[in-house]
Amino acid sequence: MADRDPDQRKTVSRRGFLGDMLRTACGVGLMGLGLGLYSNRASSLPAHYLRPPGALPEDQFNGACIRCGLCVRDCPFDMLYLGRLGEDVPTGTPYFIARQKACEMCEDIPCVAACPTNALSHDLEDIDDARMGLAVLVDQESCIAFHGLRCEVCYHICPVKDQAISLERQHNPRSGKHALFIPVVHSNRCTGCGKCEEACILEEAAIKVLPPHLVKGEIGRHYRLGWQQKEQAGGSLVTPDAEHRYHLPEGMRYDYGGEGLIHGPAEPDFGGDLLERLNGPGSL
Amino acid sequence: MAIKRSAGREAVESRGWLGAHRWLLARRATQIGILALFLLGPWAGIWIIKGNLSASMVLDTLPLTDPLLLLQSTLSGNLPVLSGIIGALIVLVFYALIGGRVFCSWVCPINPVTDLAAWIQRRFDLRVGSRMSRNLRYWVLGLSLALPAATGVIAWEYVNPVSMLHRGLFFGMGLAWAIVAAVFLFDLLVVSRGFCGRLCPMGAFYGLIGWGALVRVSAVKRRDCDDCMDCFAVCPEPQVIKPALKGEALGLGPMILGINCTNCGRCIDVCSKDVFRFDLRSFNRDVSPEGRDRPQAV
Repeated sequence: MADRDPDQRKTVSRRGFLGDMLRTACGVGLMGLGLGLYSNRASSLPAHYLRPPGALPEDQFNGACIRCGLCVRDCPFDMLYLGRLGEDVPTGTPYFIARQKACEMCEDIPCVAACPTNALSHDLEDIDDARMGLAVLVDQESCIAFHGLRCEVCYHICPVKDQAISLERQHNPRSGKHALFIPVVHSNRCTGCGKCEEACILEEAAIKVLPPHLVKGEIGRHYRLGWQQKEQAGGSLVTPDAEHRYHLPEGMRYDYGGEGLIHGPAEPDFGGDLLERLNGPGSL
Repeated sequence: MAIKRSAGREAVESRGWLGAHRWLLARRATQIGILALFLLGPWAGIWIIKGNLSASMVLDTLPLTDPLLLLQSTLSGNLPVLSGIIGALIVLVFYALIGGRVFCSWVCPINPVTDLAAWIQRRFDLRVGSRMSRNLRYWVLGLSLALPAATGVIAWEYVNPVSMLHRGLFFGMGLAWAIVAAVFLFDLLVVSRGFCGRLCPMGAFYGLIGWGALVRVSAVKRRDCDDCMDCFAVCPEPQVIKPALKGEALGLGPMILGINCTNCGRCIDVCSKDVFRFDLRSFNRDVSPEGRDRPQAV
């Protein structure tokens, strides 16, 4: 190319030139095929390897990240690592393992600020908006809360306390009189920092942070939840908005608040159409 | 290329060992110095520069970014941020002025590896093929840019020995040693100067950047050349020497203008006749014993 020495330039036949070009193109094409396939195969990230806050979706991340390690260096807690050749992580890309050391969720997000390429998106301004993964209580059999024991470590350590993980009280059928304090993760607030998995007291964590796409279900788009629609509309969307008052078991009737059934004889017949009366305002 | 065990012997005799290895020593000192600056952080906690050659931050203020890598990242469909762009511009301007492939011979951590392979070849008279075209690197460069655009993954980084070695030294090597060893063996046994001179897309890219570089090696005393061929024997890109050294009859200036000259200065070291020296591009003229300074077209 530019180095070619003018007096060295040999005359090349058209056939020779085209042949050389074709050979090189074929060789380079093969190399490209191999490299392309390998790099795509080598881009998969195992589920327990988590990306730093703000990381683009995995397929974009492996294009955007230039493997400089500045996020690793600017992390004040030294919990980020760069994948080494031979590890299960795309070589040179940053990751952390929640069970070993979770993200401390710095308010100034220094890892994102350090990124020169937007592989860690600079659109992330509030660390609470980070979605590094999603905590899931994957094993109810070993989580001791389900045995009726008070643990709640994951609940207390959660940096988005009471919002990302809440404790739901349930009846303890074993003792019959105690409560189970069940940790429940709320995906709309969980940042996937991994604190719960790091802190879980079990030998193997019962709560794990996983990539959201592995754990999230999705309701059919055509679903309309009636009670939500009604709330949004401020009233019933079907007419009439009548309470269901038919087909009561024999010997039962609604109580006055309409909240339950009471045993007892039917109210005296006041005459007229009973159905009309039951559905009408102020009946019962 | 000619293999010459005795390359540089005459220069050592006339100038002494130090005098005949000045630029080599300066280069090794620079390479080690740069590695040391990067290592001071992880080893001693002194953070003068952090990151690696892909992107780094000097004293928490000056960003430096590998422009080729940033280009690949951008081609994969992601716009870089300002610090990345500024860092790439700084690097681009720097190498555009002092010679693109100065990166290769003064900074790149693979250079000592391939230099070692070439030294062993000279020392033990290993004759190794060199049939692979030196233009192949432009194809690989094209490939390294086309793959991110086509697949969204910066594919070259999955095999790039340069970044693997440099990153590995500060962040953990893993199996990257194997890739470095492969480059060494490839250069030593398969194709002489095979990786840096024929395959590496970074070298190709930096060569193109340095098209108009101001700092060049110039064969200012080419009329003193006694055709010992030592410079050709040690040069990693020997094709760049001939137009400058032997081109006077064709009206070519003494300055080495081939973009793949790495400005390593080894030719200056090994020449016992002091034919070569570093020069500025504007000064493309002969300095000859006849005492005539002849300006030449640049």
